[in-house]
Amino acid sequence: MIRLDKRPQPSRAMALATPLLAVLATMVFGGLLFAVLGEDPVQSILTIFWQPLFGEFAFYYRPQLLVKGAPLVLIAMGLALGFRAGIWNIGAEGQYIMGAIFGAAAALAFYPLEAWWIFPLMVICGGLGGLLWAMIPGLLKVKFGTNEILVSLMLVYVAEQFLSSMSLGLLKNPEGFGFPGSRNLQQYASAHNAEIITGSGMHWGVVAAMIAVIFAYVLLTRHRLGFAIRVTGEAPRAAKFGGVNPARLILFCLGTSGLLAGLAGMFEVAGPAGQITLDFNVGYGFTAIIVAFLGRLHPVGILLAGGLMALTYIGGDIAQSQLGLPAAAIQVFQGMLLFFLLALDVLTNYRLRFGAAEVA
Amino acid sequence: MTFTKLMATAALTLGLATGAFAQEKTKVGFVYVGPVGDGGWTYEHNQARLALEEEFGDQVETVFVESVAEGPDSERVMTQMALDGADLIFTTSFGYMDPTINVAAKFPDVKFEHATGYKRADNVSTYSARFYEGRAIQGHIAGSMTESNIIGYIGSFPIPEVIRGINSAYIHAKKVNPDVEFKIIWAYTWFDPAKEADAAKVLIEQGADVILQHTDSTAPQAAAQEAGDVITFGQASDMIQYAPMPRVSSIIDDWAPYYIARTKAVMDGTWTSTDTWDGIGPGMVGIGEISDAVPAEVKAEALAMKDAIASGEYHPFTGPLKKQDGSDWLAEGETADDGTLAGMNFYIEGLTGEIPQ
Repeated sequence: MIRLDKRPQPSRAMALATPLLAVLATMVFGGLLFAVLGEDPVQSILTIFWQPLFGEFAFYYRPQLLVKGAPLVLIAMGLALGFRAGIWNIGAEGQYIMGAIFGAAAALAFYPLEAWWIFPLMVICGGLGGLLWAMIPGLLKVKFGTNEILVSLMLVYVAEQFLSSMSLGLLKNPEGFGFPGSRNLQQYASAHNAEIITGSGMHWGVVAAMIAVIFAYVLLTRHRLGFAIRVTGEAPRAAKFGGVNPARLILFCLGTSGLLAGLAGMFEVAGPAGQITLDFNVGYGFTAIIVAFLGRLHPVGILLAGGLMALTYIGGDIAQSQLGLPAAAIQVFQGMLLFFLLALDVLTNYRLRFGAAEVA
Repeated sequence: MTFTKLMATAALTLGLATGAFAQEKTKVGFVYVGPVGDGGWTYEHNQARLALEEEFGDQVETVFVESVAEGPDSERVMTQMALDGADLIFTTSFGYMDPTINVAAKFPDVKFEHATGYKRADNVSTYSARFYEGRAIQGHIAGSMTESNIIGYIGSFPIPEVIRGINSAYIHAKKVNPDVEFKIIWAYTWFDPAKEADAAKVLIEQGADVILQHTDSTAPQAAAQEAGDVITFGQASDMIQYAPMPRVSSIIDDWAPYYIARTKAVMDGTWTSTDTWDGIGPGMVGIGEISDAVPAEVKAEALAMKDAIASGEYHPFTGPLKKQDGSDWLAEGETADDGTLAGMNFYIEGLTGEIPQ
């Protein structure tokens, strides 16, 4: 018999060890999966985890980790603040899209003017776009008590329609022969979110993600507001008695997560993606939810989780190409990672007991 | 060391490395936008990849990555294939255009082929198929067979490719049936069975007894089958599982001849940057078998039209034709030029509604 005994205090050691255990378990079971598919399991795992970091072409893949991980970390950081307070913004994908549209529109309005203030203006507009989009569920919740999960999620689909309309209409490249998609901002120097050091993968979005992590850390551990967030999540009634204004907290959490998601979209459209297109959004807003929980809603954890997710995406694509593994197998592999992380989390709060049940 | 230098060194090392094996294997990469099992667009590209392997056996090695998002992810996948020594890379979605150009600039010795785009470089070719030729045949069958005189059309996105198809189908439906009317629903997706099924149901409720689709799933076929007495056409792949009714014919993308020819050119060292836009004639557009649900004389007419288009004797856009606003477009006997067709953003006279912007 195996029994679970609740620990009096969550174990710190286990909180640190379980993510590593989960990665190990994923490697073992993922390896089995690949073996069943007829691939060398060790080779497959090495391709996914080793090649991007230390393989022959790591000089190319390492910067790509930053490119892929930055939007995830930036969005997840904002979401985590809300999640800690029990405020569920599920619509970061929509806020990401709106940030990109606002940011790109700000730049394209002045095309082909070259000026130093264009990029800062885009940053402001991008953040504002995400913020405004997140304010809709925020204000509706505060005023009418609507469910922010539903409203924010539904607004993703509205944002997607808006994206289609923009790519086919207002923001369409006039020199694009009628094809959908905006001008490419990579070819508009003032608006281009270029790498700060060529080949490093370090663009302003990466810098913003780092800053967000530091700010969130300070906020959560040192600031009164961070305390309010934590208390509201853990003991809502206590928070109320303690003088926390729930409406203000809701608007702050949704607003911040919208702002960060909007910034992520703006940095993406101005840099790696380059243009507003029909399929501009690739699910960062949803993946960031996973990243936030993978990182245990902790700033440093999120940073690591974002890197890990980016690694499995990049390594997964390499494995597809080099080993011919199907995309579905890679997705199952990523799913396993999440499953083990969440499942093993039980060890943080509970102790495993082997042997016959004792009488308590 | 700068990135470009690193890249150049890597490419050079690779160049030397692959040079030694050049006689043995040509490595061809494929970047797919959907899963290989989508039953439509990506499925057909993958069939062509398999045909390529069949054709050249040990002389080629093919690699592919499926469900690659357009944008930075596709750029990374292409770069990775180039780093791994691919000689030729097919990027099979319109949204891969700028990424293809970016990666091609970093790897001047690797050849790239981009489907359905318009940007080329010394090592980037473009290719696309004249699907509108197949649409003409569909329009003919649809116009002949409709009894309600209402034809439903599920559009994906209002882009030239799709608008061209609507115009071509309408012209030929109208030719055999002056009372015909087109109802168009924009699904804003290439592949979404649920949305496509909804669109088909709405069109059928509005009286359509023919459904044409420019989306890739078989959901509209299933909806038509359920409704009964509604005919459909397979899109991108044959969708033969719905024959003889509702699917009465289909447009099939056949990329195999082109992929084989281009790979051969790389092997022979004769590859140059080109712009290919092939139709029924060279076999890039296939017409799926016309089923027995179609009356014999309509079938014969449709096949005759197919032959005429294939031989170049007949062009689906032949004047006199007017634009929707009543202005003249093509004079009697005049045929449309490729430039206008490629960027087509207007409806033909008689179509109702506006192209969404």
